[in-house]
Amino acid sequence: MKVLEKNIPAEICDAPNSQENIEKGFALIKYMIIGVLFGIVFVKAEIISWFRIQEMFRLQSFHMYGVIGSAIITGIISIQIIKRFGIKTISGETVNIPNKEFRKGQIIGGFIFGLGWAITGACPGPLFAQIGSGFTVVFVTLLSALAGTWVYGKFSDKLPN
Amino acid sequence: MNGFIEWITQPWPWYVAGPLIGLTVPTLLLVGNKTFGISSSLRHVCAMCVPSGIPFFTYNWRKEMWNLVFVIGVLIGGFIATNFLANPNDFVLSNETRADLMGLGITDFSGLMPSDIFSWSTVFSAKGLLFFVFGGFLVGFGTRYAGGCTSGHAIMGISSLQWPSLVATIFFMLGGFVMTHFLLGPLMSLVGF
Repeated sequence: MKVLEKNIPAEICDAPNSQENIEKGFALIKYMIIGVLFGIVFVKAEIISWFRIQEMFRLQSFHMYGVIGSAIITGIISIQIIKRFGIKTISGETVNIPNKEFRKGQIIGGFIFGLGWAITGACPGPLFAQIGSGFTVVFVTLLSALAGTWVYGKFSDKLPN
Repeated sequence: MNGFIEWITQPWPWYVAGPLIGLTVPTLLLVGNKTFGISSSLRHVCAMCVPSGIPFFTYNWRKEMWNLVFVIGVLIGGFIATNFLANPNDFVLSNETRADLMGLGITDFSGLMPSDIFSWSTVFSAKGLLFFVFGGFLVGFGTRYAGGCTSGHAIMGISSLQWPSLVATIFFMLGGFVMTHFLLGPLMSLVGF
C-alpha cells in the first residue's frame, strides 16, 4: 500500500478495509443492508435528534451516554470473542484491526469536531440518517462537511500533527 | 403482531440501541474484514469527485466503495424508520433541556429537530450560515483532522482498546461541552435568535 498521508499509511485512517479481495457490484449490497439496519436504529433511538445531543452535552439525560457506553461494551466483548476464538471472516480471512497511531490531530481535530457536533447535533452517521428522515436541509450541512474534509486534505501537511 | 408493531414504533431505549450499534463492529469485521467508521465516507467522496491532485485524496477509493454503499444504506434506513416505524407519540425531551433551549430562542419542540433551525427557510440567513455551513464545516474538517468520528474512534477505536481513540473521544466531548455551555448562546443571539 502506498504511503498517503505524511508517512501514515491509508490503513491507519478510520474505516480501513483489510479485505484481500476487492468486492464490487452486488457483493456490496450486504453493506447497504447493514447500513439500513444501522440507520433505523439511529432514528428509533432518536440519536439523530439535535435535542438529544443538546441533552447529552448539558448532562440532562443519560440516554446518549447509555447508547454510546453500551455500544462500546458490546464492541469490546465482540472483538475479544473474535480474537480469543480466532473467528474468521465469512470468506475465511483472518480478522485484521489496524492500530491507530497517536497524533496531535486527535486532540486538535477532535476538539474542532466536538464544537461542530454541538452546533449541528450530528456526527457524520446521523447526518445521512437525518437527510433520509426528511430533514433534507441537512444536505447543506453534508456539503459543508465535504468542504471541511477537502480543506483538511488540502492543508493537511501544513497543520500540526 | 400488533403488540410488536406498537413496541417497535416506540422510541428504543439505550440498552436496546447501544448493543445493536455495538454489534455493527463485529458484523462488518466478519462480513468483510471492514473497520467501522463513517466520516471516512466524506473523504472517499472528495477522492472520487474533487481529488485535485492532493495526495490526501489520491488513493484507490474504488476499494472503499463499500463505505459509500453503507452510508447510502444509513440514509435509506432513516427514510424507512421515519416513514414506516414512526413514533406515534409526542417527542419527549427533558424539562431542563427544554427550558435551556427556550432561553436560547427555540420554540418548536414537536419533533426530533427544531423547525426554528432545520428548515429550508433558514438556509440563506445567518442562522443557516451558523448551523449548516459553519457547523458542517467543523464536523468535516475536525473528523478528518482527528482521523475519525464517533463511530471510528469512540465505538470502533475504543472497542479495539486503542488509547489514541480514547483521547480523540475525550476531545470530541470537550469540544461539545465548550460549544454548548460557552459559545452556542452568544452565537445564536448573533444570528438572530
